[in-house]
Amino acid sequence: MCLGIPGKIVSISDVEQQLGIVDVGGIQRAVNLSCISDVGTDLKQHIDSWVLVHVGFAMSVIDEKEAQSTLAVLTELGDMQEEMAAMQAGAS
Amino acid sequence: MKYVDEFRDPVKAKALLKEITQITDRLAEKLKRPVYIMEVCGGHTHSIFRYGIENMLPNSIELIHGPGCPVCVLPMGRVDDCVAIAEQDNVIFTTFGDAIRVPGSKKSLLQAKADGADVRMVYSPLDSLSIAKKNPDKEVVFFGLGFETTMPSTAFTVLKAEEQGIKNFSLFCNHITIIPTIKAVLDSPDLQLDGFLGPGHVSMVIGNQPYNFIAEHYNRPVVVAGFEPLDILQSLWMVLKQLDAGEARIENQYNRIVPEYGNKPALEAIGKVFELREFFEWRGLGSIDHSGVQLKSEYAAYDAEKKFVVPAVTIADPTSCQCGEVLKGAIKPWQCKVFGNACTPETPLGSLMVSSEGACAAYYQYGGDRIDAVQIEEDTAQVESL
Ligand code: SF4
Repeated sequence: MCLGIPGKIVSISDVEQQLGIVDVGGIQRAVNLSCISDVGTDLKQHIDSWVLVHVGFAMSVIDEKEAQSTLAVLTELGDMQEEMAAMQAGAS
Repeated sequence: MKYVDEFRDPVKAKALLKEITQITDRLAEKLKRPVYIMEVCGGHTHSIFRYGIENMLPNSIELIHGPGCPVCVLPMGRVDDCVAIAEQDNVIFTTFGDAIRVPGSKKSLLQAKADGADVRMVYSPLDSLSIAKKNPDKEVVFFGLGFETTMPSTAFTVLKAEEQGIKNFSLFCNHITIIPTIKAVLDSPDLQLDGFLGPGHVSMVIGNQPYNFIAEHYNRPVVVAGFEPLDILQSLWMVLKQLDAGEARIENQYNRIVPEYGNKPALEAIGKVFELREFFEWRGLGSIDHSGVQLKSEYAAYDAEKKFVVPAVTIADPTSCQCGEVLKGAIKPWQCKVFGNACTPETPLGSLMVSSEGACAAYYQYGGDRIDAVQIEEDTAQVESL
């Protein structure tokens, strides 16, 4: 209920009701898009976006750039560790 | 989404664990006790056990599993109210699957269904509204449950019912709100906490701003965290770094999902439909001021508490249950007298054993190693002291 599940918007099924079809691991279902689109904007612009779906509502567009930068920080940390370990090994 | 796997990369996890161990060891030495960090959200509790994170962490850090599992904190009296509504003639009672097995004082919704009540599981409140449309001669009730994560979906559904003139739909509202809950935890005298992992998906709706008081008034760091193993480890590391530097700030580790100011349409829908209750009763924690919401009077026609006669009595938990102590972090799940014997996921006595986000169910399902390790440690301590 609280965890949500990521899916990809594949089409818009009902503009008036703000419904789109979201593919979640091969299963497709109508999902309400009210929370991710401001009134008056074209829903079609969301096609191909990844969203987090909670109880039938797309609650958040997953920001891939932010995801990548979080990962970049972690990667750097990993590399730094390795480098420091290498330095230590070299010093002894 | 290729990057999901990367959030489970063991090499990165190792690097983080090393950092975490270094900082906590240093902090614990200074504090002369372990560092206590609470994960507020049940989703985090679940991930922590599922990925064995608790087993990886050094002894100098202890995670306190917070009250953020809506199913777990639902008091028995509210379940009785659900059953009372569901058993009335002409009612179709709809609920999320998570809540159907929570024990009431006499029965759960699942037992009520077996006894003939029309109880149906739905995935979304919108499904419940469709059922109402298809059954105009029945009263369809939706059991609304959850923190701010699920609150917008219920709010939009009520607005849709109004828009479409659907009159045989109503909401039994049990939504709870996170900020007064965290405040109650912070004000609880028997809890010692150094910092928090903030709930990821509640924050996706409310943003980071509402947590500022925790840093400003209580001087504790909060890091809003994602749910993958590396998210949790990185967030712990961020909390520890703040503690190490003597800082208390709100940080957002989960910025791929959580916007600084939350979700505008969702907040607007909540604000339109709901208002704070004066108080709400929690399982194990008692009554917390302003911790629940109810429908505003303009939406009274959709309020099941107004439409139906509900008993609304407070029922004490069975004396064998220690859910309250576990919820407050005073004891670990396996220290409850009935854990694993009278209380199991198949035959839950307490609600923490029902939901997969509940600490007891998570311990039962994944916590084996840690339980054994802790018990062995205790056994040896006993032997040594003999
Ligand atoms: S074992 Fe059962 S009764 Fe005991 S605290 Fe956990 S859920 Fe409650």
